[in-house]
Amino acid sequence: MNFPSPSSAESVISITGLTRRFGPKTALNDVSLYVPPGGVFGLVGENGAGKTTLIKHLLGLFRAETGEVRVFGLDPVAEPVAVLGGIGYLSEQPDLPGWMRVDELLRYTQAFYPNWDPAYAEQLRVQFGLNPTQRISTLSKGQRAKAGLLAAQAHRPKLLLLDEPSSGLDPMVRRDILEAVIRTVADEGRTVFFSSHLLEEIERVSDQVAMLHQGQIVLCGPLDEIKARHRRYTLHFEKAQVKSPAIAGALRISGSGKEWTVVCNGAGINLPPLAAGLGARIVGEQIPSLNEIFEAHAGAALPGQPAAPLS
Amino acid sequence: MQIHISSSDGVPIYLQIVNQVKHLVAAGRLAPAEEIPPIRALAEQLVVNPSTVARAYLELERAGIVTKRHGSGTYVSTSPSTLSRREKIRVLTQRMDALLAEAGNLDIDLSEVLELARERHETMHAKK
Repeated sequence: MNFPSPSSAESVISITGLTRRFGPKTALNDVSLYVPPGGVFGLVGENGAGKTTLIKHLLGLFRAETGEVRVFGLDPVAEPVAVLGGIGYLSEQPDLPGWMRVDELLRYTQAFYPNWDPAYAEQLRVQFGLNPTQRISTLSKGQRAKAGLLAAQAHRPKLLLLDEPSSGLDPMVRRDILEAVIRTVADEGRTVFFSSHLLEEIERVSDQVAMLHQGQIVLCGPLDEIKARHRRYTLHFEKAQVKSPAIAGALRISGSGKEWTVVCNGAGINLPPLAAGLGARIVGEQIPSLNEIFEAHAGAALPGQPAAPLS
Repeated sequence: MQIHISSSDGVPIYLQIVNQVKHLVAAGRLAPAEEIPPIRALAEQLVVNPSTVARAYLELERAGIVTKRHGSGTYVSTSPSTLSRREKIRVLTQRMDALLAEAGNLDIDLSEVLELARERHETMHAKK
């Protein structure tokens, strides 16, 4: 190994120094992340940030050009059977054979997984309200997602891998998917790796979070710690400010006139004396939502972009 | 036990659970010795990570609001702690502030509000 890591041995997923280019575009830029067993790992990032490219490396669909990818300690390209046998995978648009009926799909999928649990599959089918004799091609988008989820879950995989599973689905189906995530981690400490641009979902179910922005990890760690470190301050200035106040270390500054909102990572900034120096007092201090934290980091990472949107 | 989680709010989810359980106990909607749902059941109901619920229950246990009985479940504590009393006052203070603000908007002064409170109290107890 070129980049040994103390945590990589017990990790379910370990990615070290992974870079991937498509022509002139860098899709992943020196990404390293380690997913410990028995929890929910949320990967967030806007569309095109590199989430799906990263997941395709985990499934062995892409070979690591630079860096190293291991799942259950194995190389997914060299040992696809051992890796894929332990994974339940659901993508944004499940690629299911349309001509099969629901019951045929289940029998077909079962053939690939020695650990398939028919009783559990039947329990999920009833719970999801899927008709066994219906053709896949006639299922609604939501029912199709449920069929994909059933096929991904019924062999009780060690790792449930969900790539934007709830994108474009109604709240009821999204709830089914999130409940599947909860069940998976509640049972025997299995692991879920979950990518989404819906930060409310990630915030609800994740233990650990990584933020991918333009192919780079901009923030990674336990969700509790990330939340505990960040603060949203509301500043009240004595005089109306014509332009955004300059506060070194702030991730995002927005507002107008006398009141401005500052999002910062508490570890790197001591705001009260800075505010006092600018003739402002702090009138509010809250913990920002994960969405606000992500927007602040994504904005801060973009050079040349104005810090404050005109609103 | 009905709890509602808002993830657009920045308050960490475990803290939302802690605050709402405290509120339910203070408001008498959870009675002493009443069992609260197992961690897994509440996690599925709220669609939140089980470790988040576990952390909330641990905080509640430390605060003396609930008691874990070995191998059976988690129950609302029977001895009302001092914190529970403080919590009751806090809940009431919020309601009081809202009431007084509303009375102010309607041009009803404090003596009238107090008179009304006394009158309502008598009506409520007369019914019983």
